[in-house]
Amino acid sequence: MKKHNCRNPVGVSRYTGLWLITPFIAGFAVFTLYPFISSFLLGLTEYDGIHSPEFSGLYNYKEMLSDSGFRQAVWVTLKYTFLLVPLKLAVSLLTALLLNAELKGMGIFRTVFYVPSILGSNLAVVIMWQFLFTSGGLAEQLTGMAGLEPVSWYGEPDSAMFMIILLRLWEFGSAMIIFLNALRDIPAEYYDAAKVDGCGSVRAFFSITLPLLGRVMFLNLVLQVIAAMQEFSAPYMLTGGGPMNGTYTIGMLIYDEMFRYHNAGYANAVSWVLFVLISAIVTVLFAVTGKSRREDI
Amino acid sequence: MKKAFMYLLLTVLAVIMIYPLLWLAGASFKSNDEIFSSVWFIPSHFDFSVYARAWQTVTPYTMGHYFINTFMIIIPKTVFAVVSSVLVAYGFARFDFPLKRLFFALLMGSMFMPAIVTVMPLYLMWSRTGALDTYIPLTLPALFAAEGSFVFMLVQFLRGVPKEFDEAARIDGCNSIQILYYVLVPCIRPAIVSISVFTFLWTMNDFLNPLIMISSVEKYPLSLILRLSADSTGDGYEQCKIIAMSVIGLVPSIAVFAAAQKKFISGITAGGLSG
Repeated sequence: MKKHNCRNPVGVSRYTGLWLITPFIAGFAVFTLYPFISSFLLGLTEYDGIHSPEFSGLYNYKEMLSDSGFRQAVWVTLKYTFLLVPLKLAVSLLTALLLNAELKGMGIFRTVFYVPSILGSNLAVVIMWQFLFTSGGLAEQLTGMAGLEPVSWYGEPDSAMFMIILLRLWEFGSAMIIFLNALRDIPAEYYDAAKVDGCGSVRAFFSITLPLLGRVMFLNLVLQVIAAMQEFSAPYMLTGGGPMNGTYTIGMLIYDEMFRYHNAGYANAVSWVLFVLISAIVTVLFAVTGKSRREDI
Repeated sequence: MKKAFMYLLLTVLAVIMIYPLLWLAGASFKSNDEIFSSVWFIPSHFDFSVYARAWQTVTPYTMGHYFINTFMIIIPKTVFAVVSSVLVAYGFARFDFPLKRLFFALLMGSMFMPAIVTVMPLYLMWSRTGALDTYIPLTLPALFAAEGSFVFMLVQFLRGVPKEFDEAARIDGCNSIQILYYVLVPCIRPAIVSISVFTFLWTMNDFLNPLIMISSVEKYPLSLILRLSADSTGDGYEQCKIIAMSVIGLVPSIAVFAAAQKKFISGITAGGLSG
């Protein structure tokens, strides 16, 4: 018998909602929870992907501590993330501020700035970047025209990383759109009132805009950190992790251990370390930005 | 004055942003020498036969074959993602049930789960079930509302539809599924367009999953055939051919985005979802 009450005026079963979300529950169990646990367990084994896994306790984790390749990959990944994410957030926020001005034709600019991000890690874009930065490519010709020394983009670890950072920076549109939407939600009266009180536009930015953007700033920060920490396809295609492992990210290490060296146990242990690393960074960000997020209601 | 400066600044930035793509399109007509000697994107001559040659690819199959492969992944995946996400979002937005808060928290949590942690065990799981080198690992998860952000966006949209609509329909004799289909789905059409467009774009962009799951060249989607072609080009190779292939590979994404742009942007605006 269906129950009739205030919250449920015409009699819907208590379980209708549960039935509707069963696809999610089943999918979560099979495609998120199972691999998550399985990854942890496999990390405790020696496993080549063919023979059955042999329990080896914390051996893989000990191995990681003494593996200089692993340490290098962690360093590269952190460096990449900490260089890219602040740059990307700054560029996307500044562009969003420009696009928020009430001018005709803003829709066109919004589209142009957004398009690179929809192409994301499309292989065609990566190939394009390869051509732009290869020796004799557009980037080198432009620096030549500006009278600068040609940079060997693929030759030096730092310049190779910079090239990958530029690619991801070019795709700032998704973060920009999130900022732009949040800027639109700030009532114009706030700025009018500040103006009456004699507040300049720079002051208004720091006292009104920035605090009110706290929540989306955090959202963007977390999304970008998670994406950057997992970077795989750009170094895989552009540099192969080189030169001198200067762009060899943890994502590449996991892929190589799994599919090139058939160390499934080690690969899973490393992917768990990556997960813990990402969670730790997000937790720290959460704690540090706690105050600024509360101000935004 | 200030306006003029704004337009100037925006135009300069827009040109910088779009120039790589223009350059790529132009370079598909250039000889190797011209690619590496001219910064201007317009080629000295247009010869469209390069596209005919690029269409043949470096494999026995044409680009048309790889387009069909890609659409064999995209079409079921999009249908699966829309149907499952709408059902799940409807459950969360309109019904009370035991453990609702817990499940919603899990949904939000899954949005932040790094894919790289789950991809290895999933590969092993699919290899045990014999589904490797088929499109099942690439499409089936979409049937289970695998993309938490889609559900989240739809929930936001559904919250914007007044509950009185549902109640009126229910009094008229609609059951829960009829309400969803006849009343709510028409109200959230922009969100459904956004989901379809994102599924399309993300599948076009996906590289890691097909790289791991698909091994025969015959079944490659576009991303893998581009990689194969880029890898197999030597120094003496005609560079414009691989560039033309890349242009062909970008056209679907840009076309879909352009066609759906208006609805798509309103979808992400309301749902707070983004590329």
